[in-house]
Amino acid sequence: MAAASAAARRDRLVGYTMVAPVVLGSLAFVVLPLGMVVWYSLHEWNVLANTFTFVGAENYQRMAADPGLADALTATLWFSVGLVVVNIALALLLAVLLDQKLPGTTTFRTFFFSPVVVSLVAWTIVWSFLLQADGGINGFLGALGIEGPNWLRHPTTALVAVVIVQVFKNVGLNMILFLAALQGVPEELHEAARLDGAGAWRRFRSITLPLISPTILLVSIITIVGSLEVFAQIDVLTGGGPGSSTTVLVYYLYQQAFRFNEFGYASALAVLLFLIVLVLTLLQWQSRKRWVFHEV
Amino acid sequence: MKSDVRPRGLTPRTRRGVTRWLLVLLLAVLSLPFVFPTWWMATSSLKPMSEILRRVPTVWPQDPSLDAYGRVFTLQPFAQQYWNSLYIAVLVTLGTMLVAAMAGYAFARIRFPGANALFVLVLVGLLVPSEVTIVPLFRIVNTLGLIDTHWPLIVIPVLGAPAVLAVFIMRQFFLGLPVELEEAGRIDGLGRWGVFWRIAVPLSRSALGAVAIFTFLKSWNLYLEPVVYLSSKKNFTLPQALTQYVDAYGGPMWNVQLAATTLTVLPVLVVFLLAQKQFVQGLAHSGLKG
Repeated sequence: MAAASAAARRDRLVGYTMVAPVVLGSLAFVVLPLGMVVWYSLHEWNVLANTFTFVGAENYQRMAADPGLADALTATLWFSVGLVVVNIALALLLAVLLDQKLPGTTTFRTFFFSPVVVSLVAWTIVWSFLLQADGGINGFLGALGIEGPNWLRHPTTALVAVVIVQVFKNVGLNMILFLAALQGVPEELHEAARLDGAGAWRRFRSITLPLISPTILLVSIITIVGSLEVFAQIDVLTGGGPGSSTTVLVYYLYQQAFRFNEFGYASALAVLLFLIVLVLTLLQWQSRKRWVFHEV
Repeated sequence: MKSDVRPRGLTPRTRRGVTRWLLVLLLAVLSLPFVFPTWWMATSSLKPMSEILRRVPTVWPQDPSLDAYGRVFTLQPFAQQYWNSLYIAVLVTLGTMLVAAMAGYAFARIRFPGANALFVLVLVGLLVPSEVTIVPLFRIVNTLGLIDTHWPLIVIPVLGAPAVLAVFIMRQFFLGLPVELEEAGRIDGLGRWGVFWRIAVPLSRSALGAVAIFTFLKSWNLYLEPVVYLSSKKNFTLPQALTQYVDAYGGPMWNVQLAATTLTVLPVLVVFLLAQKQFVQGLAHSGLKG
């Protein structure tokens, strides 16, 4: 008995030792910074002027009245909605096409997935080159007799460009998740519907779509959360411009902190970003629970 | 309409064949925006600036040269930057594998008071985008005097929020591993560490592989953190270095930039083509984070 409890105690000690690095790391690099960011957000803090004064909720009041933030939130909304719609639609289309057991499917899957492993900055640089006024895309449009716009210099096309670059970069990942879901749809259901005379589109709408809808919801939320964390693409492709048309929330935060040295205000923006991501992630976990339930 | 009462004429079958080839054609067209940029990157890096700026683009370089590749290394300490990215990514990957395997195993297998609370504490990291904590982390790194060193790029990912997903995946894996496999080792007189190193870790190769792949890529592609922490070119990592190929007026030197980009992308693409299945599985894991 005494030996057993000694063994149990030793086992416990091993347990604490094994989790120690990640627990201490989380305390130092996640929990402590989170607390600090909340604390900073209650201060007026300009690094260059070396001022650090407690101002209470002033930064939050400033947020409510800041037209720059309103613009950033609008840009974020457009970007996220555009991204999620195009990404999900394209991922679903590609997954359905790859599920048809057509010749060359493996090769095409490789093609669609390959940008996922390409460095984000590298991918963005290449697209930036392609999207120049005299770049490859307009060159080919010109060959077809179409005069392309100066993509990165107009507010609307710049936002569209950022969405497109991001979609082609990551849609392969969602495609794989959808493909797995499609392959989980029982073949017998399709067979039965086919015998009842249902066409391909009807079968897709009435059988496939309802059965994979939990996956669609889950993937949509993941994509929205991901769309809130687009720093590199914006920095390389547009630098937030033209004007502030592509200055999304994370980029606005970065500018406030590291361009204007407004660490206090940037921290209040970080709190806002954290709350948005928190709500979305909790939604995702909720939907996943339902998803797992659905599977069982 | 039953398929076996359908007339067996050629027409429906031919029509189905045509539809299939049209779908293949559609797939081919859809692959263009995925494949063409890489092709364009590689071929443009072989063109002189005069050819790049030509009004009508040339699909194949007319006068291919490796000049741009030479300038990649003279304009910046690119070899040094390449080495920086490589050794940082390798250290982060090995460190994350070790930390995540240990923590994942302990959270899945060992009973100790507070295990659940500690696990929830660790999971908080999944909720925090790196942009949220970048200001305080910058202050911490600054206070420790580690600005413009590689320490924050190695230590924070291994122990902080980026490692949490790896811990989560390893824990899931060990939860699914039959306990009987370990009991044999116990009977042979192995202690907890012995069971972990000799039995659990070797059995977890597939999960560790997934962790290794997405951790390496994440570190290799990291951008915000190097931009915030590093200031001298000799310390830069690749993604940051790629953006620095500009002429005296701030205009990009496309062929040089694309040459550097090609050097960054091609090795990863080659490894991806060789180990495609592992990449797809590993990254699908990371896509489903949380």
